[in-house]
Amino acid sequence: MSEFTDEQIKRYSRHIILPEVGGKGQKKLLKAKVFLVGAGGLGSPAAYYLAAVGVGKIGIADMDTVDLSNLQRQILHSNKDLDYSKALSAKETLEDLNPDVEVVPYTERLISENIIDIIKDYDVVLDGSDNFPTRYLVNDACVLLGKPLSHGSIFRFEGQATTIVPGKGPCYRCIFETPPPPDLVPSCQEAGVLGVLPGVIGVIQATEVIKLILGKGDLLIGELLLYDSLKMDFKKLNVRRNPECPICGENPTIKELIDYEEFCQVHF
Amino acid sequence: MIQINVNGEKKECPAGTSVSELLESLDIDKRYVAVEVNLKVVPRTQLSEKKLQENDSLEIVTFVGGG
Repeated sequence: MSEFTDEQIKRYSRHIILPEVGGKGQKKLLKAKVFLVGAGGLGSPAAYYLAAVGVGKIGIADMDTVDLSNLQRQILHSNKDLDYSKALSAKETLEDLNPDVEVVPYTERLISENIIDIIKDYDVVLDGSDNFPTRYLVNDACVLLGKPLSHGSIFRFEGQATTIVPGKGPCYRCIFETPPPPDLVPSCQEAGVLGVLPGVIGVIQATEVIKLILGKGDLLIGELLLYDSLKMDFKKLNVRRNPECPICGENPTIKELIDYEEFCQVHF
Repeated sequence: MIQINVNGEKKECPAGTSVSELLESLDIDKRYVAVEVNLKVVPRTQLSEKKLQENDSLEIVTFVGGG
């Protein structure tokens, strides 16, 4: 794309007048390819804004279908989408919002055998998954590919976010080396989550992705942002690369991707 | 007793307490958390060896996985 259409000049005018974005930055966004893991609580607000600002290609993976209990927070989906694929529902919602955006839905589960092929052509990955096996798989795949990753996670009233740029800062395993034992983790169903919480964390993740694409501002590299919605407290923890990290350390012991046992199964 | 700082709050513990012992005294299951002492993450395998010193600053971060 060389020039904007009249409609694009109007649609993105509030970006184009920002010196930090401008026409140049807006073109970067329109050329960018972002992959979202999950079209749920975090993926919904993140995808909504990424599509609104004109990220050219959005891949979105979710193997689940829309359940009534999702609609309290997963704003990509509506009553009419019940029992329909979340990835396909996401595509329809996002392309309605902005026809400049190409949305590629993936309805299969991400596993060690397919993840590299699926994400390798995207520029940035945004993890909004709801289980630890996928989180570790996505982290490891991004480290192996050297791909930037925006991490976000939520539980009840609390959320976390960090940005992983392999080689420039710590990865998820530098902080949390191995997954917690499966039997200790309460399932998403048992735990509950405040409906607006993923909105805050998902939009923080989208902000990080946009800054990565634009090459502007300071990223959450080496920082774990902790948000407590009940106390309305934001805190940043400094985290460093672990030289003994099993995937990004000096002598990595993980050389191929691992499919951990599923332990946050939410099937309705 | 020594003074330490846990998630921004001042606490006291006996000299020579390990991170592992501190977590037990706070009733925190160490398999659920990552612990940072003075801005450095302590690997889970070293939690029992790592002894706390006067004025150590700890951050105990719970695993959060939902989305």
